[in-house]
Amino acid sequence: MTELLFDAADGPQGGHILSRGQIFWAKFTRHRVATVSLVFIVLLYVVVLVAEFVTPYDPFNRHVGYLLAPPTGLQFVDTDGQFHLQPFVYGLKNELNRETFQREYVVDTSKRYPLALFVKGDAYQLFGVIPTDVHLFGVEGDGKVFLAGTDTLGRDLFTRMIFGARTSLFVGLFGLSIGFALGLFFGGISGYFGGTVDNLVQRLTEFLQSLPTLPLWMALAALVPQDWTPTQVYFGISTVLAVVGWTTLARVVRGKLLSLREEDYVMAAKVSGVSEARIILTHLLPGFTSYLIVYLTLAIPQMILGEVALSFLGLGLRPPAVSLGTLLIDSQNIQTVTLSPWLLVPGGLVVLIVVAFSFLGDGLRDAVDPYRT
Amino acid sequence: MLSYIVRRLGYMVVVLILISIVCFYIINLPPGSFIETFATQLEASGAPASQAQLDYLTVRYGLDQPLIVQYWNWIIPLVTHGDFGFSFEWQQPVWSLIADRLWLTIIVSLVSMVFVYAVSIPVAVYSATHQYSAGDYAVSFLGVIGLAVPNFLLALVLLVASARLFGITPTGLFSPEYMNAPWSWGRFVDLLIHLPVPVVVVGLAGTAATIRILRSQLLDEFQKQYVVTARAKGVPEGRLLFKYPFRVALNPIISTAGHLLPEIVSGSTIVAIVLGLPTIGPLLLRAIIAQDTYVAASSLMLLGVLTVVGVVLSDILLAVLDPRVRMGRSN
Repeated sequence: MTELLFDAADGPQGGHILSRGQIFWAKFTRHRVATVSLVFIVLLYVVVLVAEFVTPYDPFNRHVGYLLAPPTGLQFVDTDGQFHLQPFVYGLKNELNRETFQREYVVDTSKRYPLALFVKGDAYQLFGVIPTDVHLFGVEGDGKVFLAGTDTLGRDLFTRMIFGARTSLFVGLFGLSIGFALGLFFGGISGYFGGTVDNLVQRLTEFLQSLPTLPLWMALAALVPQDWTPTQVYFGISTVLAVVGWTTLARVVRGKLLSLREEDYVMAAKVSGVSEARIILTHLLPGFTSYLIVYLTLAIPQMILGEVALSFLGLGLRPPAVSLGTLLIDSQNIQTVTLSPWLLVPGGLVVLIVVAFSFLGDGLRDAVDPYRT
Repeated sequence: MLSYIVRRLGYMVVVLILISIVCFYIINLPPGSFIETFATQLEASGAPASQAQLDYLTVRYGLDQPLIVQYWNWIIPLVTHGDFGFSFEWQQPVWSLIADRLWLTIIVSLVSMVFVYAVSIPVAVYSATHQYSAGDYAVSFLGVIGLAVPNFLLALVLLVASARLFGITPTGLFSPEYMNAPWSWGRFVDLLIHLPVPVVVVGLAGTAATIRILRSQLLDEFQKQYVVTARAKGVPEGRLLFKYPFRVALNPIISTAGHLLPEIVSGSTIVAIVLGLPTIGPLLLRAIIAQDTYVAASSLMLLGVLTVVGVVLSDILLAVLDPRVRMGRSN
């Protein structure tokens, strides 16, 4: 331990002692992948918050004549072999293939549209208050840029993916706060009071953990009435995810409390007549805050995966709500998705988000573990 | 030992009763009933049912009774002579709908579990004994991916890939000619041919998790003094590995088998829907949407039973293998 205190300072005999936060940060940043993941997640949250600005189109704008258009390739070199620093896209033509008699998209190299920054496009209100029509990037004139292709209704998939990520990332946070409250409450009373309360709560968590999660989610998701607005459904689904998912946290909290309440300083507080609520909040809780943070980081991807699975099955969020799960509903039709595999791109984003959160959680866990240097 | 087993089994019975109550309650929570779904269907087909007809059906199916009476009418025949009730939507006994699907669910789940262990144990042993080698990094990387890719997405990607590459979509568990045929040797072989895709998809996450646990357990054990001592005394590496650290490291694997089974059953539900497997999952989804009470409650309950029985079996197995568990619990 003593070695560690000087770890990132000026050597073992060095002058200053690091604070807990500094030690934590020094240990965390040593985990490169976790640091990259943290940057990715922060960036992603920033991007989805200003989704209207970052994306080139309105998520509900149907581009007539561009149904299931493939992703537009960004070009740097034109047909004459000339290099352009400013990337451009070619036009897209919908033609009948004379051999297969199927409609296909053909790149029209005679039309070039340079990709520009701060392009005027669909009008929107930034943060719901500032009316504007400037988008971070786009093409001018009648050119189109579909970074991830379009869906069955001709809507830009890249745009919808960013908006979907906004919904899915925040479903995670909201569901988590409910699950967190439930887990803390049940784990707390179970570990602090022990005895009969503990026994009852333990049986309850064991019972919930022995049930297969997804079927239970499916049954509970059917509770959300069909005529609810998307916002109501959104909160309903997060609640369903949380009601099933709090048990792991309850177990961690209980285990920590059971060992902490035997400590001398807790006994001292009791003898001095401190109230039980105060003992829990000011003496016991700080002892395992770090574990809670790790748990939270690892629980977010579970919530996101839950939402994606339920929406995919048609039991979660429903279109017109845009989430990573509802975007994948289109890909349920195997014929369509075989011809237009870019419909699976939102799934790739799901995987990236989940991987990033798991690495972040791993990094945090190593950083808060005092026995690991 | 015997008292421990008896206690576990007694506990299992209590849990099963609780599961039946919870399942039935949850399924009946959504407003409306099958009668409304039925009325909407008839209306959509252009021949709306009269109110008298609907009232008759409500009484006939006992849907006008209080919930507790409905539960009683469902659970008593179920326990006394295995009668799971009647499906409103399919107009046939629930058991005849579920029987085949139940067996197939059990087969897919068990084979997936076998797959998980058959793959993860050798891979984890390799990974732990060759720590920081290229193979170890590859395994860790695949493990992260395996845990992060939702299994229905993996199923979709496999379907698309095979459709684009080979022009076939590997859905279902049987070829068309065996779909509704009675069991025969040919049907069994046909099942074996169709099993690998769903088993790999369902088992991937569990395999990744098991490799992770077993690898870190083995690495922890390798650090211990007894391993150093044995090595100093000249015990051959292979024998050393399997005689001591491997055995200790297997314990958490067996105790997590109880968690693995619910996960596999849960995962196979959605994979079955994507891959069109004739298991309980798709039936449950349909019954939930149509509010076909007895089918939904029975399917949910059977999935619960499957996992609880699995958990109890793994607890008992652990007690047989680990004297510490046995002694600790029986005192």
